[in-house]
Amino acid sequence: MKGLVFERNVARFAASRLASTFGGSGRGAGVGPLHLADVEPPELPGPQWHRVRPLLAGICGSDLSTIDGRSSRYFEDVVSFPFVPGHEVVGTLDDTDSRVVIEPVLGCVARGITPLCAACAEGKTGGCQRVAFGHLSPGLQIGFCSDTGGGWSTGGLVAHDAQLHRVPDSLSDDDAVMVEPTACAVHAAVAAGVDEGHSVAVLGAGTLGLCTVAALTHLGAPGTLLVGAKYAHQARLADELGADVVVEPEQLLRSVRRRSRSLEASGTLTGGADVVIDCVGSGDSLAQCLAMVRPRGRVVLVGMPGRVSVDLASLWHREVAVTGAYAYGTEDVGGLLRRTFDIAMEVVASKGLGRLVSARYPIDRFEEALAHAGAAGSRGAVKVVFDLRARERHRGTDPSTKGPLS
Amino acid sequence: MSPRPGFVLEVDRSTPSTLFWHGEGYRLERLPVGSRVLYAPEPVDALRDPVNAIRHALDTPLGDVAPLRALLHPGMALTIAFDDVSLPLPPMRSPDVRQLVIEQVLEAAAEAGVDDVVLIAALALHRRMTDSELRHALGDRIFDAFAPHGLLWQHDAEDPDQLVHLGLTDEGEDVEINKRAATSDLLVYVNINLVAMDGGHKSVATGLASYRSLRHHHNAHTMTQSRSFMDQHRSELHSSNWRMGRLIAASGIKVFQIETNLNTDTFPEQFRFLQRREWEWTARDRAGFLASSKALEATPDRLARAIFHSIRAPHKMTSVQAGEVEAVHERTTENVYAQQLLEVDGQTDVLTMGLPYICPYNVNSIMNPILVACLGLGYFFNMYRGRPLVRAGGVVIMSHPTPWAFHPGHHPSYIDFFEQVLAETTDPAEIGKYEESFATDPWYVHLYRTGNAYHGVHPFYMWYWCAHALEHVGAVIIVGGDRAAVRRLGFKPASSMADALEMASDVVGPDPSITHLHSPPLLMADVR
Repeated sequence: MKGLVFERNVARFAASRLASTFGGSGRGAGVGPLHLADVEPPELPGPQWHRVRPLLAGICGSDLSTIDGRSSRYFEDVVSFPFVPGHEVVGTLDDTDSRVVIEPVLGCVARGITPLCAACAEGKTGGCQRVAFGHLSPGLQIGFCSDTGGGWSTGGLVAHDAQLHRVPDSLSDDDAVMVEPTACAVHAAVAAGVDEGHSVAVLGAGTLGLCTVAALTHLGAPGTLLVGAKYAHQARLADELGADVVVEPEQLLRSVRRRSRSLEASGTLTGGADVVIDCVGSGDSLAQCLAMVRPRGRVVLVGMPGRVSVDLASLWHREVAVTGAYAYGTEDVGGLLRRTFDIAMEVVASKGLGRLVSARYPIDRFEEALAHAGAAGSRGAVKVVFDLRARERHRGTDPSTKGPLS
Repeated sequence: MSPRPGFVLEVDRSTPSTLFWHGEGYRLERLPVGSRVLYAPEPVDALRDPVNAIRHALDTPLGDVAPLRALLHPGMALTIAFDDVSLPLPPMRSPDVRQLVIEQVLEAAAEAGVDDVVLIAALALHRRMTDSELRHALGDRIFDAFAPHGLLWQHDAEDPDQLVHLGLTDEGEDVEINKRAATSDLLVYVNINLVAMDGGHKSVATGLASYRSLRHHHNAHTMTQSRSFMDQHRSELHSSNWRMGRLIAASGIKVFQIETNLNTDTFPEQFRFLQRREWEWTARDRAGFLASSKALEATPDRLARAIFHSIRAPHKMTSVQAGEVEAVHERTTENVYAQQLLEVDGQTDVLTMGLPYICPYNVNSIMNPILVACLGLGYFFNMYRGRPLVRAGGVVIMSHPTPWAFHPGHHPSYIDFFEQVLAETTDPAEIGKYEESFATDPWYVHLYRTGNAYHGVHPFYMWYWCAHALEHVGAVIIVGGDRAAVRRLGFKPASSMADALEMASDVVGPDPSITHLHSPPLLMADVR
């Protein structure tokens, strides 16, 4: 069984950071702590656990920042080494043909912790207060925990009952692998607190940005939805997914200004969008968001930020709320409590998000895959995935149209 | 010796390459044998004593109006409005003709004991002039006498307290102009006529008007009905302004119009080759061309822009006439035609033009893509009388770098117009649905009133200016332009003139007739 293993190795960590600095995102794979190895399937941690054999496993921005040595040191105590990455997974359950997607957060239920923490008790597992504790090694999600394995392995992973979501036959594998990132987007869209008539600006149109557009329009289109998309294919997809206005990122502030009929002072709009959703996760993008949100508006951070330097004077002066939007759990949508993954399945189906899968790679070409994912935008791609299926089993996808496997 | 008239050259094998303007630079292009090149008439002789000519004009007005001195008396309110920074092009060497005229008007006012005098730059919706631009236009003496005392104004089309609505024309057009000008005992308007579009009733009805008034004639419909807007009698733009001007007169507002003609002596000695016919270039001209071309190739864009915008034209005044608006303007227009008209036999399949670094709306600024379109398809295309130079369905080829660049202080709404409106449609009739939101945008209004920004609606006007050409031609090609910017304009980019001509033949067929408008210096084609 082959799998990608990420080990704690400070020297290689530094090398990957250097490589990605000069070679671009995803280039840390060749020299960093990630390597291809023979891996045994992980042991089942308990009676309610199952084996999942991955079919497709996506490469996420958080994976890339880990591999490039750029993730925040904040995560050091909530991961355990060595781990097999991969938390965007569609796979088969217990050696059957039954397909599941994994809700990878390792909350109290999966960790066997009782009583449940306050967040898990409300079903908001993304906010679990025990991710480093319990009978499992630390790990905020499958794909960052040494005990569970991850999606980037032919050997598979283990997941708790509470983490499994059956995939209906109507969804293709490509659709299904998009459920996890879409669930993040659904959570962000709910966290945004968009009211009728609100103007919402989404900065960034990679996987998370596009999924957020899809989630926002699925949950009830805002008054105006503006999107800053860097590349032409991203702009086209944002438009198809329901954005009202799609412009280049550096034009987004001007577009928001004109529609909100704001004035401008010190590069900041005096009015602005009711909600701005940052799907980039850099200091620059946060500064842009603060410049275009209205006073007492809300900025939602969906893209994973690290250490950034931002002038917060306008945040203070304009009483802007900045909120993170991590993972998923249970959402209150119009007074109804629903699992985020259930909503995400609907969004994926209704918006056809399987089309965002642009390329599939076998696990042994991981360096190419990660380089492709790191330069997805400029290479006309959105989501790059590892394809761990036997060649004959490609449910609902046409391998001739996509990716290096074809 | 009188100046030579314009000339239509037919290119043959011995014809040297033709100079094309290309923004802040120029190129030599070899046009196919049989192409026509239109050269402007040489500059008309200047007035020998312009100050005396001005005095004479003020004392012997045209039309049914008394000499200026007879209209001046103690206790009266006198307003002197003058054309803004958009004229002349390039800005002329000191003393500017506005300075010469206004000094004489002020002298007469002082002799008559008039002490309530206000000067107003007739900006319409143009940007406010800087102090140095005002000082250049008016001279130190006038600027220092008026500006420090708050008596040198710039028309503010967005100040409701400084506007007065005079009524509606018989076509239902609002006439709303500057209140100080409208309520003065006498309004003297000092104009510079560089092209036939300028002057007449357009001076006050446009230069001192508000958006509420301007929208009636600055729109796509009016511009497609102005064929051309350089030919007053076939121009709906002028018909509307004339209706407004007559309503202004009927409202009891006394306008004493002073119009001046300038010759086409456009470039200083070191750039003299730019207004000479290529086969007449001297060794010095060739050296000047080569040296400046090579130097410009190595010069950063920003510096090249600064160099060109520092050019002061040696324009000279060739005539001045004063009095009643329509009588004055009739004489002025005759003079413009005498300087610029060139008889041309028949239309052409392909019209080529080299666009320079400057147009009326980017003095000391950046020639952004919208202004490139406006200069080529608005101004140069319309420099005709009778029929357009290019036939219906023909092709216009323009040479200009067309950078995706804007002056954020001067053209803020242009940026949004380019990014947001033209991304959706380039149809002048369609863009109107966005006009009001730009015209009333509080940020643009703020920048227009307090900064040096063109009004929010101004990019729409630039695009409307292109409406007649866009309706008439089959394709527009820009040679050497930023490809993305050119495509955003709805035009086709070409890397060379040869490529452009090849592309044009796809539209107009093989072996097309080609005519090159060798301008500036300005010329107006009288197409038979």
